[in-house]
This record gives sequence, C-alpha cells and structure tokens, in this order.
Amino acid sequence: MQLGEVIGTVVATVKYEGLEGVRFLIVQPLDRERRPVGRPVVAADGVHMAAPGDTVYFIGIREAALALPEPFVPVDHAICGIVDHVERP
Amino acid sequence: MRIGRVAGTVVSTINVPIYENRRLLMVDLLDERGRDTGGYLICVDAVGAGYQETVLILDEGNGARQVVGDPNAPIRAVVVGIVDQLFVDGEVQPID
Repeated sequence: MQLGEVIGTVVATVKYEGLEGVRFLIVQPLDRERRPVGRPVVAADGVHMAAPGDTVYFIGIREAALALPEPFVPVDHAICGIVDHVERP
Repeated sequence: MRIGRVAGTVVSTINVPIYENRRLLMVDLLDERGRDTGGYLICVDAVGAGYQETVLILDEGNGARQVVGDPNAPIRAVVVGIVDQLFVDGEVQPID
C-alpha cells in the first residue's frame, strides 16, 4: 500500500456492471516525505468519503477490487483509508 | 519478500472495515545490505514490530489475506518477521 493525495474526481455515467455507485478519484502517489512521485492514477474510493485534498492510502492491482462492495470488478487502484497523520517517534 | 525498516505508524480513522484495530506501519525499504533504497510501503503489522526495527515484508495479496485470515481483505503488504541478522557475501551486514 502507498500514500497518495486526492487531487480530483472522475465522473462516469456509463460503467461496467458492478461499478454502479463506486466513486472514482484522481490520486497523486506520494513518497515518504509526502512529495508527489510518478503520474496520478484513477482510484476507486473504498471508504466512500475521500475528497480532494485528503491524504489517503491506496492499494494496487487485484487487491483493489476487494476494497469495494463487489469484489469482482475491473478496478486496479482503490483507496482503503484516509490518513489522519503519520507518527514518527 | 522485501526487507525494510519501520519508520512510523499511519493513523487513520476512516478506513475499510478490515483495517479496524490493525497497526499500519510506514516501512522504508532496504536493499540486501540493509541500506536505504528510498522506497517505502505501508504494511499491516502481523508480528508487533517496533519503531526502527528491521523487518521482513510480504508484498503479495494471496499470502497477505491468509495472514489476516480473511479471503476478501483488501490488504497486500504485511510485516511477517523481525530480522535479526543479514548475512551477504560472507559478511554480516549492519542493520541497525
């Protein structure tokens, strides 16, 4: 899993079956210092309430679909949680 | 599997239910000699690893789901061990 920042939303009316009601957000992956790294990806929102500006952690490939109500859907990134903060003692 | 060093804890209130009551660790990835590679992974803790400990990471979904005991868990990276020693090229590598 990796950190990311939600930078936008995607609106799609026509979607593959099973994706009805799933929100899609544009997520910029972050490095360990929370600097942008790599290209943004479109991720399904597994928590139903992530919004632009939120720092999130997201999961890639097959496991992404498991974060959604229907586990056999064509999704390759999904947000699993909204990060409050990262504790470094 | 990968080797990493625990760099912190990710605190999250709003998450997918399987993550409730599980520790999420920020783990910096190390190379085979225990040197920092610049990469990191967010991992579910399965062994009780502490800050700055060198750990063994499983980054593969099927095994991870088996570790957490849920065949539908959206989890991929799990800390599955605490490394005591790295022995490469006939030498013990410094890991602390």
